[in-house]
Amino acid sequence: MSKTLLGVSGLTKRFGGVAAVNGCSFQVEEGTITALIGPNGSGKTTAFNMITGYLPADSGEVTFAGRAVKRPNPTRLYRAGLTRTFQQARVFPGLTLLENLTVAISQPWRTLLRRNVAARDRERALTLLEEFGIERLATRPAGELSFGQRKLLEFATVLMGEPRLVLLDEPTAGVNPVMVEQIERHVRELHARGLTFLIVEHDMHLVMRLCDPVIVLDRGATIKQGPPAEVQSDRAVLDAYLGT
Amino acid sequence: MSRFTRTGALRAVVVFGALAAFPFVFPAQWIVNIAIFTLMYAGLATAWNLLGGFSGYLSLGHAAFFGVGAYAIAIAFTHIGIGGSGYKPFFALPLVGIAVALVSVPIAWVALRVRAATFAIVTLTLLFVVQQLAFNLHHITHGSQGLALPPPPFDVSTFEQPFYFAMLGVFALAFFTCWWVKGSKLGLMLFSIRDDEDRARGVGVRVTGAKVIAFAVSVGFTGMLGGVWAYYIQFIYPQFAVDPLITIGAVLMAFLGGKGTVWGPTVGAFILVPAQQYMAYKLGASELYLLGYASVFLLIMLFLPRGIIPSISDHLARRRSGRPEEPPGAVASAPRATLPGGMAP
Amino acid sequence: MHLFIQACILGLLAGGVYALMASGLTLAFGVMRVINVAQGAMIVLGAFLSYTLFTKLHIDPFVSVVLLTPLMFLVGVVLQLVFIRPLRADEREELSLLVTWALALGIEGLLSVLYKTNYRSTITSYADNSWRVLGYHLSEVRVFAFGMSVVILALLYVVLTRTEFGRTMRATVQNPVSARLLGVNVERVSALGFGISVATATAAGAVFGMVTPFFPGSHYDLISRLLSIIVLGGLGSLGGAIIAALFMGMAEAVFAAEISPTWSSFTFFIVLIAILLLRPQGLFGTNERGAL
Repeated sequence: MSKTLLGVSGLTKRFGGVAAVNGCSFQVEEGTITALIGPNGSGKTTAFNMITGYLPADSGEVTFAGRAVKRPNPTRLYRAGLTRTFQQARVFPGLTLLENLTVAISQPWRTLLRRNVAARDRERALTLLEEFGIERLATRPAGELSFGQRKLLEFATVLMGEPRLVLLDEPTAGVNPVMVEQIERHVRELHARGLTFLIVEHDMHLVMRLCDPVIVLDRGATIKQGPPAEVQSDRAVLDAYLGT
Repeated sequence: MSRFTRTGALRAVVVFGALAAFPFVFPAQWIVNIAIFTLMYAGLATAWNLLGGFSGYLSLGHAAFFGVGAYAIAIAFTHIGIGGSGYKPFFALPLVGIAVALVSVPIAWVALRVRAATFAIVTLTLLFVVQQLAFNLHHITHGSQGLALPPPPFDVSTFEQPFYFAMLGVFALAFFTCWWVKGSKLGLMLFSIRDDEDRARGVGVRVTGAKVIAFAVSVGFTGMLGGVWAYYIQFIYPQFAVDPLITIGAVLMAFLGGKGTVWGPTVGAFILVPAQQYMAYKLGASELYLLGYASVFLLIMLFLPRGIIPSISDHLARRRSGRPEEPPGAVASAPRATLPGGMAP
Repeated sequence: MHLFIQACILGLLAGGVYALMASGLTLAFGVMRVINVAQGAMIVLGAFLSYTLFTKLHIDPFVSVVLLTPLMFLVGVVLQLVFIRPLRADEREELSLLVTWALALGIEGLLSVLYKTNYRSTITSYADNSWRVLGYHLSEVRVFAFGMSVVILALLYVVLTRTEFGRTMRATVQNPVSARLLGVNVERVSALGFGISVATATAAGAVFGMVTPFFPGSHYDLISRLLSIIVLGGLGSLGGAIIAALFMGMAEAVFAAEISPTWSSFTFFIVLIAILLLRPQGLFGTNERGAL
């Protein structure tokens, strides 16, 4: 039984006279790897930013795990189990990899003055780093990582909060095919363990083999939501990509 | 970043031991006088660094809290009296520190809700507000006429010593706090805020809380130092108790030594304060003093923006590895040949 | 009531000059993300320069504006090139505060050496003249100062909206990254923007010197007010700065007249706190907190 984990309805954002997102609505079912695709300028990243609280919306509603999210706030969403990555792979360059991960663990106030990387947190962090294959660099500053390694670190970091839904913003942009494969593998493994994904992607091959359902945006609104095969052959979707 | 390395602890013990012995080895009063101001600025710079260096929020108004601490001690003891031994004001210092810290919390909460640039403006404005208050509230502060403290009954020949140890005490406390915070979870939160505050929020870091705590602790120490200063100077005026130059001096020293490091501000103070006192002695006129300060500041900003300690440790790291810094080894799972594309907005 | 309106008039006239002072400050932020804490010192410098021209060469301060502004424009450009451009872009916002503060101190120090710390005032022959309009008192000097501010701000407006340079400057304010991608030489725009900022400060300084006694340390008072004004108006918004300046000018004057002159400077701080609590981005602020 799948229920709606993330619900978006009527999301709108105007920049000057242009509506980047225009009454956009869609649902993400729990336990899916859902894709959010659309031609350039269709409003995918803007929608992402609004849902995750990085950009105030002009209008619209977002619900997560059945509860309405008033004025999305990244910190609160993270604690509630909704987290995201960035296209540019944002990490904390001055902190070591271990510290990058441990800072993402929610801390009660009374532990504030304890050691920055407690033994237990260290274990968890190292395990996660091992999974992603970058544990060798655990004590190096994150600023030394290559772009691909940063993507992995960022991915690992958002998992520290034990989220229910992970929004991936163009996870394979700017990385080589080996890395793409690795990221895809991680997504599948985590999905098998019960994590839900919403992925903005341009790599259509990846989307078609990894994601179901696929949501298509065009000019700020949803034009199709369905299984990849259906979407691939849908008239409206083809028109949107090829341009009218 | 491990917290208590043996060499680190040893270094601290040696330095503070030397500082404790200093006034006995060099008892000349003019020397101890310079040392008092050196320690004061070392404390101010270290306290400022806890907020400015660790979180990246540069406060330009710390002198406001210095002045609050100074006036608090002055006003309190003008009324209460300093007691037989003259040590009462020193015992009151922790109270002053805590009071200043608590009072600053609502201010911090308002000031830290905005971006770092606006924050700096707010703190600067705070400085002017407090200075105005000091001038205008005649009944309490005696305004521009100045406020006198009762003279302490200390032995004339070693008059400076109690003040020296009071300053050393507060400085040591501030230093140790910085050291502890750096290795703690709070420190981690602050550094993540400095690196990328928005992202820190995005991974659940309680950003506002961390900043407020750093702010409160930072100004608490600043207030305590102001209290010692007031008692030492004996006569305080608004324009000197709440003096923008105090903040600029502390900030300059933190930058010179390396903001964000634990020893940096101390190194900066130990270099600049004696130099500044010497300059004042040689050049006399305070007008040139300002020019001198400004020039040093600009030179440091332009040529040594990271400060002494980070520059030295970088240099040593480069020497050790025998070549310019590069990440250690290749990671097999992620070949470095990444595509440049895909990063367009 | 009479007192109230008189105060409003006085405040409006003062607000015009504040607007001129603040315009440069907000422009500098908009173009370079630099908070020029030295703006106050530039104004004081302008005051001293026109004072010297007046006392030594008998040049009327308003005339000196015409002479000094081109010169100070160049000085501004040079200062930007030497002290601000070398700062790394990601640290520029925070470091510029300290660098410009150091500049301000340097200017104060220089002025203290040259002029000592006595208060000065540029007293022209018509300093005490005033007109009476409908029973209200309008000081000649203040009216001319207001008029001059209006003219310069109007010129600035024309440059920003009608010229190629002005358009590139506005584009840079709105979005430096896009502007750069579109071929705008952001460095040059920044240097010229800073030059304009200093030039307007000098002009404002010349009139400032006529209405208020000043000494090298006067820049602190000025900068604290100007910073509140641009935060109220919204960092980077020229229109916002002008409106905020007029409003604050009147608020300060009314406060001084109706409540207390000693505490009148507090109106700026009160408004600043109110803005921070209610609308941190100011009236026309360009950046929203938390946005990418």
